[in-house]
Amino acid sequence: MNRSSSRWVLATYVVYLLLPLYWLLSMAVSSNADIAGDFSVLPRSPTLANFAEIFSNPVWYQAFGNSLTYVAINSIISLTVAIPAAYAFSRYRFLGDKQLFFWLLTNRMAPPAVFLLPFFQLYSAIGLFDTPFAVALAHCLFTVPLSVWILEGFFSGVPRELDEMAKIDGHSFLYFFFRVFLPINRGAIGVTLFFCFMFSWVELLLARTLSGSTAKPIAVVMTRTVSASGMDWGVLAAAGVLTVLPGALVVWFVRKHLAKGFALGRVS
Amino acid sequence: MSSFKPHNNRAWLGVLPVVLIVAFSAVIPLMTVVNYSVQDILDLNTRFFVGFEWYRETLNDPRFLAAFLRQVVFSLTVLMIEIPLGIAVAKSIPKTGRLTPFILILLALPLLIPWNVVATIWQIFARPDIGLLGVGVNALGISYNYTAEPLHAWLTLVAMDVWHWTSLVVLLTFAGLTSIPLPFYQAAELDGANRWQLFTLVELPRLRGVLIIAVLLRLMDSFMIYTEPFVLTGGGPGNATTFLSQHLATMAVGQFDLGPAAAFSVIYFLFILLFCWLFYTTVVKRDES
Repeated sequence: MNRSSSRWVLATYVVYLLLPLYWLLSMAVSSNADIAGDFSVLPRSPTLANFAEIFSNPVWYQAFGNSLTYVAINSIISLTVAIPAAYAFSRYRFLGDKQLFFWLLTNRMAPPAVFLLPFFQLYSAIGLFDTPFAVALAHCLFTVPLSVWILEGFFSGVPRELDEMAKIDGHSFLYFFFRVFLPINRGAIGVTLFFCFMFSWVELLLARTLSGSTAKPIAVVMTRTVSASGMDWGVLAAAGVLTVLPGALVVWFVRKHLAKGFALGRVS
Repeated sequence: MSSFKPHNNRAWLGVLPVVLIVAFSAVIPLMTVVNYSVQDILDLNTRFFVGFEWYRETLNDPRFLAAFLRQVVFSLTVLMIEIPLGIAVAKSIPKTGRLTPFILILLALPLLIPWNVVATIWQIFARPDIGLLGVGVNALGISYNYTAEPLHAWLTLVAMDVWHWTSLVVLLTFAGLTSIPLPFYQAAELDGANRWQLFTLVELPRLRGVLIIAVLLRLMDSFMIYTEPFVLTGGGPGNATTFLSQHLATMAVGQFDLGPAAAFSVIYFLFILLFCWLFYTTVVKRDES
């Protein structure tokens, strides 16, 4: 491809990317009367009423709160257990290490639909159904393996000499791990946190099944609005804009590691 | 995982919490599924052992086979579009320059949108009454209505998946392209290679690793697609866009056909296991060599 044709490819693709997003924004600032009325490419009378509706209606803002709660619990659990495991995988060989690493991957790749039925019964049986903990624990199914794989990719890039030097300097392992190793890997931990957040935030099937009426996540409220109150497209679009924001806000900080994160740490 | 690592079984202490928590969320449910798949459950106290009956039934069920076929056709279609398109877009991004970080973030946007919102965006975008795309296509004189026409629904899903996931291929390919050292390009230039030769002889071989990852990730993730068709088309019109996960979810929590749903789950899981094994052997073994 020469320069002008490659510019053309890129420009066309970016337009394709932006058109649906533009339309979401345009709907989000339109009143339902405008949406139902004559078709117009530009919003006819831009308004923030749809956003005001979301921030004043408890069904909406509580759903946002519910989603953020289980995402936060999930991220904390995932990182706490994944950091030591990723260190072990990156520094030592041990009985069954390869099998274990592979087993973790199978859970990241398993279709949530397969686990639907037993999860429903398991969490009902231990009394966690319809609490944020049920969804947070269920999402560990794929966020923990994801975190281990991503962190292992980063940790393996840190030279082993660092570990040995700390030992020679007479530092205890715990001092080395918390004061040296984790601080120099804070970028990696940030990236992993981002991916835990992303994958838990975007999942719908398990979140929908494991939450009844009180812990209903935002994704569920969005699907119910469509069927229940008819065509409240403006509010739905505004909710869509708000769910895109968290990811769009933090992506700048992890921009250099996006490819690595999505490829489970297998790309440098 | 690189070699030159000391052998130390105490490292198990580090992985133990992960093993426990994943075992709780994966092994117990999986055992339950296997257990259900060989029983006929009438209610909680009345159940019979039926052996492989449900497996035989599932594999001969025309609805399962139809959903499976739709799944394979859909997955292969999106792969055949997303991989070449992703490579083309990645090659068109300037490797250096002030705009490059912004272009990459712009491209990453669809990957950061919750999957149900991706479907909502496309619903709003493609509806023939209020959508920019729907109204636009109809204005061109082509009758288009994805809620009524199976083919239109299917094409809309493909367009949405391309919109949603091509960026992943772009990001991976771009990471691969920027890691090719400059001397390779200089040598190719000295040899008088044209752009096509440069691509096939210099770039493509060095992209092999990232492209394998991209293909396998897209294959596995498209194979378990659920949220997007559920929100956009509800699997319809008719069953035109009912893929494996949705078919399974309907059986399991819609109709409470525990036995057949469990047998279906086990078969489904075995397929994914096969893909995982391919991913593991090609990606991790390559790291080690």
